[in-house]
Amino acid sequence: MTPRTAFEKIWADHLVADLGDGTGLLLIDRILLHERTGGVALNSLADAGRTVAAPEQVFATMDHVVDTRTGRTDATLMPTGTRFIAATRAAARAAGLTLFDLDDPRQGIVHVISPELAIVLPGLTLVCPDSHTCSQGALGALAWGIGSTEAEHALATNTLRVGKPRTMRVTVTGRLGTGVTAKDLALHLLDRFGSAGAQGHVVEYAGEAVSALDVEARLTLCNMATEFSAFSAFIAPDEVAFDYLKGRAYAPDGAEWERAVENWRGLVSDPGAVFDAELTIDAADVAPMVSWGTSPQQAVPLGRPVPHHSAVAGRDTREAYDRALDYMGLTAGQAIEGLPIDAAFIGSCTNSRLSDLRRAAAILKGRRVADGVKAICVPGSTMVKAAAEAEGLDRIFRDAGFEWRESGCSMCFFAGGESFGTQERIISSTNRNFESRQGPGTRTHLASPETVAASAVAGRIADPRRTGA
Amino acid sequence: MTPFTTLTAIAAPLIRDNIDTDAIIPSREMKSVGKTGLADGLFAGWRYTAIGSREPDPSFILNDPRYAEAQILLAGANFGCGSSREHAAWALAEYGFRAIVAASFNPIFRGNCVRNGIVPVEIDATQIDADGPITIDLPRQTLTSASGQHIAFAIDAEAKAMLIGGLDAIDMTLARAAEIARFRDADRNRRPWAYL
Repeated sequence: MTPRTAFEKIWADHLVADLGDGTGLLLIDRILLHERTGGVALNSLADAGRTVAAPEQVFATMDHVVDTRTGRTDATLMPTGTRFIAATRAAARAAGLTLFDLDDPRQGIVHVISPELAIVLPGLTLVCPDSHTCSQGALGALAWGIGSTEAEHALATNTLRVGKPRTMRVTVTGRLGTGVTAKDLALHLLDRFGSAGAQGHVVEYAGEAVSALDVEARLTLCNMATEFSAFSAFIAPDEVAFDYLKGRAYAPDGAEWERAVENWRGLVSDPGAVFDAELTIDAADVAPMVSWGTSPQQAVPLGRPVPHHSAVAGRDTREAYDRALDYMGLTAGQAIEGLPIDAAFIGSCTNSRLSDLRRAAAILKGRRVADGVKAICVPGSTMVKAAAEAEGLDRIFRDAGFEWRESGCSMCFFAGGESFGTQERIISSTNRNFESRQGPGTRTHLASPETVAASAVAGRIADPRRTGA
Repeated sequence: MTPFTTLTAIAAPLIRDNIDTDAIIPSREMKSVGKTGLADGLFAGWRYTAIGSREPDPSFILNDPRYAEAQILLAGANFGCGSSREHAAWALAEYGFRAIVAASFNPIFRGNCVRNGIVPVEIDATQIDADGPITIDLPRQTLTSASGQHIAFAIDAEAKAMLIGGLDAIDMTLARAAEIARFRDADRNRRPWAYL
């Protein structure tokens, strides 16, 4: 039999019909919705007189526009946010979906709660009208982001019509160095291969450095595959993934668990399987990274200055480069480490899980955020928040001068509510440094949670390896 | 969905790489739980003089009177990257764009275009002479400029059929409901853990 990639196996398992010309009608196992794009899909579906075909396979949460301040209600800082919450709640109830509402202990960012509840499982097809759905490929699922109309299609039919994506394997040999994280690896790949480097491909991350990552770090790596313009990301399910999933809320149990694991062990790319593209990097070349521009590909190792245009000319046009520097208030050759910051943000579907908070807390313990720096930590889910509080992380964050919030997407993006100030420089554990992403005119520098923590303490962009835990 | 066969229209050049969906429709402009009322927010961060303002910034290409009737957008590579928000496609369609020409598109955004009657034309827009109207012939998969440039482009057959026919994908798939149900019944025995 011809060796197959793991992706090809999952594709074949879900192929209801070949629609010709590389398009398949694929069975969809899980549909996730949030209030920002889910309500509109559910309403539009109902308006068309259609129903949700398998509501037991559909989950909705409130994460995007919810208030994250203590004592929150349905009221939002975004002027019309409450409408999104109310519409999603009503539509989810009418359709008979499982809804993790604001007061539900399972509420949180969709890509944080799905793994922690084992809604996502190896070998499943999972979609959500949210670009960071690719995160969930970290558990060996085929998970990808779609638009609202596609969500309606999946809800109404249990399927999607999908043009078969090309495949890419990114092999990371060796081990990441001390203090180098999955976030740094994601930014390294973007810096090296560009924000369209994986355009339209299902990217399988492989190699010793990837196998050595825990599930939460794998989720971080796969999360930023959308910044790489990939169709999705995938990591072959292994014992690390099985150990993580076992016993979680929606995981199979008993004999069904054993049967599932036996099936999942086969979801690896066969020796000799051919990918449409292959990239190989050495983990030893990856250093803690920070972005300097307004695209996630505009990133450099900490300690290196803003590159001159000649160094990035193959990727950034002169106009894009100049525009980014002007927006960020930087000049070519300027040092990035040491830049004074106005704010520090730890949160988002990229880096808001318990291990992220632990690593940041290890740096913050016994230290104080520098004067004048607004520092905020938003746990990725209510469960993460509770687990962090149970081990006292909230005290460390608060004692250091961080705000400690309720879970949600929060200030990863600006929706008209809470934001950082114009021209404020923010070190952020999020995934996008686009113009005005965190507020009108804000200047975002993407980095790992530990770099955010170290920078918050220093009041300027700092290398966590020198701050020490 | 409005069927698309051929279109001859003015093309507005906005040739920047990596134009993201936050730039196409900022989140702050997505105020209602619906698909309409978005055209005013299209490119709001660039189109107006200040955040929240509706005073046109004369330096932005869509505020140039020469492009007031543009129905084609010429853009840089990796157009539509970032958030999956379909509001970006809804805003472009509501504003009047029927085709976008770019060297490459983000995959989610490309799908959203096709579902909303916007043709994603994969051609390096920097090569195109944008003086005068441009013709896009979808059945023939060609773009022709006023100066006589004639460039072929690729598009997958499914997307092409959807756009030309103005087809509703959900209706097409629901016609296969029995086939899907049979597949699920067999699959449930094979992968019971996938069914809740």
